[in-house]
Amino acid sequence: MMQLEPIGPRVLMEGSHALAESAVQAGCRFYAGYPITPSTEILEYMATRLPQVGGVCMNAESEIEAINMVWGAAGCGVRSMIASTGQGISLMQEAFAEMANAQIPAVTVNMCRGQADYFQATRGGGHGDYRFIVLAPSTVQEAVELTAEAFYLSDKWRNPVMIFGDFLLAHTTEAVQFHRRDERDLPPKDWAITGAKGRRAITLTPLGPAEKLSTDPGKALVATAEKIPKMKAAEARVDVGFLDDAEVAVVAFGCPARFVKYAVRLCREQGLKAGYVRPVSLWPFPSAAVAAAAGRVKALAVYELNAGQMIEDVQLAVLGRVPVVPIGGVSHDHSGFGVGPALEPESIVRRITEVYQGKGQAAA
Amino acid sequence: MTGERSARDRGPAAPPGLTKVVAATPDLLLSQHHSLCPGCGEPLALRTILEVIAELGLRDRTICVGGIGCYTAFPSIIDIDVLQALHGRAPSVATGAKRVRPDAFVFTLQGDGDMVSEGLQEVVHTAARGERITAVLLNNGVFGETGGHMTATSVLGQRTKTTMAGRDQEAHGHPIRIGELLAQLDGTAYVARGAVHTPAAIAWTKRLIRDAFQTQLDGKGFSMVEVLTMCPTDWYVDPEKGPAWLSEHLEATYPLRVIKG
Repeated sequence: MMQLEPIGPRVLMEGSHALAESAVQAGCRFYAGYPITPSTEILEYMATRLPQVGGVCMNAESEIEAINMVWGAAGCGVRSMIASTGQGISLMQEAFAEMANAQIPAVTVNMCRGQADYFQATRGGGHGDYRFIVLAPSTVQEAVELTAEAFYLSDKWRNPVMIFGDFLLAHTTEAVQFHRRDERDLPPKDWAITGAKGRRAITLTPLGPAEKLSTDPGKALVATAEKIPKMKAAEARVDVGFLDDAEVAVVAFGCPARFVKYAVRLCREQGLKAGYVRPVSLWPFPSAAVAAAAGRVKALAVYELNAGQMIEDVQLAVLGRVPVVPIGGVSHDHSGFGVGPALEPESIVRRITEVYQGKGQAAA
Repeated sequence: MTGERSARDRGPAAPPGLTKVVAATPDLLLSQHHSLCPGCGEPLALRTILEVIAELGLRDRTICVGGIGCYTAFPSIIDIDVLQALHGRAPSVATGAKRVRPDAFVFTLQGDGDMVSEGLQEVVHTAARGERITAVLLNNGVFGETGGHMTATSVLGQRTKTTMAGRDQEAHGHPIRIGELLAQLDGTAYVARGAVHTPAAIAWTKRLIRDAFQTQLDGKGFSMVEVLTMCPTDWYVDPEKGPAWLSEHLEATYPLRVIKG
């Protein structure tokens, strides 16, 4: 277990800036991005902050160029990050897939509009056999912690890691505490491209092994594939509450889960025995925790701000033992950034109550 | 330290009484075995690059960023660190590498499909930023690896599998002279075009590559060498006719010259 040592006092920061600062504290020294709401403030912060610590921030001419710059910097063994919104993340998918196959660690942030990029994040928008570890903070403090964790996990597994946020996470200002981590258990980056001084030359490629005079593409693909079940077994994370006597539990992630936790407390005040399950890692999905919750309740309600994506992972975890009822949905205000009327606590309480009373329609 | 090479890979030993070496297997070449066609010009370009790297003593700090094409066979046989890039994106990957390792010598290796078709945006912006890298373009006017399709540099009249009656300006547009295009940008310090179809052209092209590499070492800005290479297979000519075809068709559209620098 890594020891966490506080760095400085608690400070008041906007989510985007706090996340970016956490990356810098974690040793990120290269960032490339292309402006897109609601992720732009990370780029703005890095443009000023990274040069102060000897790092580099590139305002690239496209998302495609930005992610390939990250490929180059990360391939040289430097901790690197990129952020965008689902639309921009879509443009990066070819590089994501092949970075995973080349086993290049890097951290990606998706400040999603709503939560409709769940499939994109957890199933991969790209081609081939690969997975990203996907972490979904629900508060600015958790974003700070999971960003540092993302860099650690990325180096540990030599695999890209994604932070899944949204408009609220990016633009909410909260008091945060940064921590220094003990990462001495990480392996050396002997795969990094440095120029071959004092050693044999190597190749860092998604197309085959690092060794020269060796061209077996299957060997590299198998190495990536073999990591998937190991990451799945080791890295699931979940936050649960009020489950001991719960008769209905709500599954929700990210900032909307924060609203759900509040709504669950309001339900409790009204005598309705509700609980919650909040997946912190979207991949690997905390299936065991969801299944355990299903063993206690009459029904599971799934609250997500999209047309129904995570609910499929919930259904897979539950395997039909209890009804799984969608209570979220597409919900935007005029901005289109996913901050819609479905976030009203009264609305969430009403929907939970309906599931509790058996009025909800289980998902097909 | 260089990689190990078998006696078979080194080729035959020099005969006794040899007085002048005109060509030799480069020290940085780990194997002479590759999958390219007879008459291909790309191995000649590679040899020239490897010779210049060795002569400038750059091996220990060189990072080659490779694109995707027939020449993707090269990373595994060269004694140089290689960062493999996706098709078209080598200049961006090289940018990231050079920015975090400014002391490294970084060059890209791309074909015309890679740089001028798929990756035009990347190379233009990388040049405009004046990145201290050297871009090497192996231009044979055709997608060799996929089996002979039109690229952005196929010349007018050129027969490819997607222009079987010859590239027609009305139907297929005009070829792009990437060297001249990049030379217009303020970020480029050196742009030149050579070829590998004659011994004299190879010797001259080696000087161009040396000048381009030196431009990077001097921190002057983006440098680029376009090398016209033979692809007899996809030009539908016999291997020994490749050099003449290059001279007659490619060189007419792409004159050999120092464009800037």
